[in-house]
Amino acid sequence: MAEELTIGFLPLVDGCLPILAREHGFAEDEGVSLNLVKDVSWATVLDRLLYGHSDAAHMVAPLAIATTLGRGRPAQPLAVPFVLGLNGNAITLRSDIAQRVGVDGKLGDPAQVGAVLAEVVRERVAAGNPLRFGVVHRYSSHNYMLRYWLAACGIMPDRDVEITTVPPPFCADALEAGEVDGICVGEPWNSVAVERGVGQIVLATAQVWRRGVEKVLALREPVLNEKRGAVERLIRAMCRAGRHFVDPANWEANAAILARAEYLDGDPVLIRRAIADQLLLARGGEIVEYPDFMFQYREAANFPWVSQAEWLYTQMVRWDGLTFDSADAEKAARVFRPDVYRSALIGTGEPLPGASSKVEGSLRQKTSVSTQQGTMTLESNAFFDGRVFDPSHLAEYIAQLG
Amino acid sequence: MRIAIVDESAARASVIQEGLASLDDCEIFVVTERRGLVARIGEIAPDIVLMDLGNPSRDVLEEYFAVSRALARPIAMFVDQSDDDAIAASIDAGVSAYVVDGLSANRIKPLIDVAVRRFNAFARLQSDLDEARGRLAEREAIDKAKRILMDSRGLTEPKAYAEMRKAAMDQGKKIAEIADAIITAHKLMGGK
Repeated sequence: MAEELTIGFLPLVDGCLPILAREHGFAEDEGVSLNLVKDVSWATVLDRLLYGHSDAAHMVAPLAIATTLGRGRPAQPLAVPFVLGLNGNAITLRSDIAQRVGVDGKLGDPAQVGAVLAEVVRERVAAGNPLRFGVVHRYSSHNYMLRYWLAACGIMPDRDVEITTVPPPFCADALEAGEVDGICVGEPWNSVAVERGVGQIVLATAQVWRRGVEKVLALREPVLNEKRGAVERLIRAMCRAGRHFVDPANWEANAAILARAEYLDGDPVLIRRAIADQLLLARGGEIVEYPDFMFQYREAANFPWVSQAEWLYTQMVRWDGLTFDSADAEKAARVFRPDVYRSALIGTGEPLPGASSKVEGSLRQKTSVSTQQGTMTLESNAFFDGRVFDPSHLAEYIAQLG
Repeated sequence: MRIAIVDESAARASVIQEGLASLDDCEIFVVTERRGLVARIGEIAPDIVLMDLGNPSRDVLEEYFAVSRALARPIAMFVDQSDDDAIAASIDAGVSAYVVDGLSANRIKPLIDVAVRRFNAFARLQSDLDEARGRLAEREAIDKAKRILMDSRGLTEPKAYAEMRKAAMDQGKKIAEIADAIITAHKLMGGK
């Protein structure tokens, strides 16, 4: 009998790997049966995980760390043995602002777009009506990417602009109603806003950090220990789903599956675009290709680099106004579990990096890295401002960011 | 105690409100509108907020609580870990509860209990209703299939029904499934 795992998810394109592992029978092949539970808020996905309605969850990466550190709810240690994907989000501005700051017909340069946006920000602050941005959750990569970009362009979040939470399905409404001037959200929600003519995409988050950690598979630590075998089988099934997901031959079929009512309940055309790294920036415009807009498989994309967890902790300190605490930093680092990923995939054809941590943002070009298994070449993982994150100097990094 | 019930289903909100009205010393506010939710909660200044788990605005409200924690009325997500059973019961029932920090557990417990019971009662009502609707749809399909058989094969109504019942027994299916098959086949053959 296949062991059953229940996985909570939100209807987003990057919830794809557990869904496809189930639909294509990859999980069954590994002897694990998946039961998927759809919700409409991260709060509910988290509650179901914490109170045992689900074994694992599709989760915004910072929330796994926040929960472990007891931010918002009583602390419960979570474990992340698998990253569901990198990036895949975009920044969409109300059309009038987008036209002022954007480059017509293509994605702009983040620093240049930011410089022009800073002028708009100053005008709006002077008029007593600061710009407002919507992000999907306080503890989301969207929030941290948006804030990183704004701050590096001299726009201070919470002082010069307001950032508030808007659930993804309401992002287009909020733009239209003027409740927010911009959103940072995953697909298909930017495209929905564009199709409705209420906003234009100006940047992809992959431009802010070329290899930014996005959603993860999170479990309660005791559940991981208890169901370790089934979780490792799930990891193998999801790796296979990742390989299937990035193959152009499967884009059409996978978009159709994800679009179904029980999953995203959305438009397969928009979903296919996201899978294919294609973006319609403005209604009536040409589709733009932005390679690695979503990043679900290559370069061991699903490997839970400890340095990524540590970067997220530095952003939590920065934006929650916390004092750096080395014990908390250690707890945050331990959330990401490369050991589980390795033991799941050892002996398979998947490449396994030799290290568990890396200097983020240090690669400008293709670089071969040492591996435990297979060969691996990493491409640029740069932050747009050229800053480098060295996980052995966390406190200094936070101090530099100011 | 000031209690805000946030629910986009006005019917469920009123079922819960009615339940809580029996408790002493409770002032109840129902919020069904998504727009302006945070401002409305600010005005109400509740001691407790009850919100269904299927409400997409939960993340919005939690952010508001997190940010306003530094302000006059800090609100905790749920109560604290000592009330784990109560919280688990509420999650099972599909309701989340946010409580102003420092409110004593013995004041909160009866209230959460009532909310949980009412949520469960509403869910039962809903499933009864769904079942009744399902039965109605089945009856309609059976009637329609009967008419198809009567028209196409010149059968009487009892005879048409008897044929469907026999097919169902032979194939080990429900009559409604046979009716669906007849309707589908009829459509495929160009019928209306």
